[in-house]
Amino acid sequence: MYPANYLYTKEHEWILIEGDTGTVGITFHAQKELGDIVYVDLPKPGAIVESGKSLGSVESVKAVSDIYSPVSGEVVAVNAILATSPEKLNQDPHGEAWLVKIRLSAPDETKQLLSAADYQSYIGAES
Amino acid sequence: MLAACGVESLEDLFAHLPPELCLNRPLRLPPGKSEYEILDYFRARGTENASGFASFLGAGVYRHYRPVLVDTVVSRGEFLTAYTPYQAEISQGILTAIFEFQTMICQLTGTEVANASMYDGSTAVAEAAMMAARITGRRRVLAVRTVHPEYREVLRTYAKNQGMAVEETGYEEGSGALDSADLESKLDENTAAVIVQSPNFFGIVENVNAAAEIAHRRGALLIHVFTEAVALGILEPAREADIVAGELQSFAIPPSYGGPFAGIIATKEKHVRQLPGRLVGETKDTRGNRAFCLTLSTREQHIRREKATSNICTNQALIALMATVFMTVYGREGLREVAEQNLAKARYLAARVPLRFTGPFFNEFAAVCTGWAPEVINEGLIEEKIIGGLPLGRFYPELNNCMLLAATEMNTRDEMNKMAEALTR
Repeated sequence: MYPANYLYTKEHEWILIEGDTGTVGITFHAQKELGDIVYVDLPKPGAIVESGKSLGSVESVKAVSDIYSPVSGEVVAVNAILATSPEKLNQDPHGEAWLVKIRLSAPDETKQLLSAADYQSYIGAES
Repeated sequence: MLAACGVESLEDLFAHLPPELCLNRPLRLPPGKSEYEILDYFRARGTENASGFASFLGAGVYRHYRPVLVDTVVSRGEFLTAYTPYQAEISQGILTAIFEFQTMICQLTGTEVANASMYDGSTAVAEAAMMAARITGRRRVLAVRTVHPEYREVLRTYAKNQGMAVEETGYEEGSGALDSADLESKLDENTAAVIVQSPNFFGIVENVNAAAEIAHRRGALLIHVFTEAVALGILEPAREADIVAGELQSFAIPPSYGGPFAGIIATKEKHVRQLPGRLVGETKDTRGNRAFCLTLSTREQHIRREKATSNICTNQALIALMATVFMTVYGREGLREVAEQNLAKARYLAARVPLRFTGPFFNEFAAVCTGWAPEVINEGLIEEKIIGGLPLGRFYPELNNCMLLAATEMNTRDEMNKMAEALTR
């Protein structure tokens, strides 16, 4: 369920680091808790984001929730699919429905993130 | 009670008021009068108010006929006393009316989505500018100098604490229309929107689509502003505009010393997430019947707090309802007819005075005062029970010999002859 090569946050984002760039999404657990997602608000390419700060938001039929950036850096790509098909976030949160790609400005920050095993035991404890 | 409030006297409660604004003497009423005598006294004073005057004042607030049906509908208790009437279970009547309002505004402005109304035209323009900044991620707006001067003031007030820059572009000396070369030279990669009023403050009908093309070339949006809603009855909507923001006072809303009015903001569907304010949508109830409810509320302050599109979390329900009834009473044909009457009256008056600009105008135009100064002419006209036009020098020092004249369906030929005569004498 939770890919072992991803890192996770306690706010339920995941990040896949490849070289100096990280692909960011929200976890299966997050989309399940949110329910049907109807809108995703994301930054524009070029935006500077900071670890732990809001990156955008997801809106479900229940609520609007902030997405917190797992790392600091510059947004280099935004997933265009989500503008027209936000439901993809419910269908494939760890794959096709990634949110943004960030060029890391402080790669050391990833040491603070959770492994798949840690995240699973964290949500086990939370739920 | 005073002790509970922690004050010694009733006057202490008003201690925070500036002393020069306080009345430190009893009202000057005749002593020993009964209640009905006092009422009689004030009724008599009331008749001294200006009534039965002809008016050529426009400049953002226009004198139009108000169909009797407007007050009949808005005085109904269901509408008049309803407060925040948004609960779908109990408010289908007002929600239906708001939905019709939004639909008619879209039809009139050639847009895809309109909200439930704004406070007035000026705040609608400021909200439109902030909306454009959110959509483009840019922080600078350009307003043509022929956007209503008071709208530009409100815009600057909003922009000041949003970290937004407001800059102005000029108008053509001859035509009175926007100077597109000036506009083009001031556009840059940080410009979120170009704000164009049409008919503009001088009454000139602008080529909004051409201005939109200039703005779009640099990635900026075009905000079309209007103050005279009756013009929408005859002018082709500027379909290239990205946001339309305007004032509905002309639609059966009394001038009332400048308010309350109702504004509109409308846009293309792709920008709906950035539209501020209330939005009523169509849905189905549990039995499958057509029903109405607030929609996309996640844009709003009570759900999103500081991330809301705007801090407006209401609409001008009752005042907007006046406009809704007006639009319903007149309909497509009626609105066109009243617009044509305005056009004809303005042409009649314009043919009798020297015009300052050559651009095409709707029901308002700048006239040159060849004899006396505008203010002096107006003083003389009051004696003839005529309220003259707006002396333009107040907002445009370079036009201090000009007067902005509006002619509507309410002006008679006799009044217009007198007005023209006073201007040129």
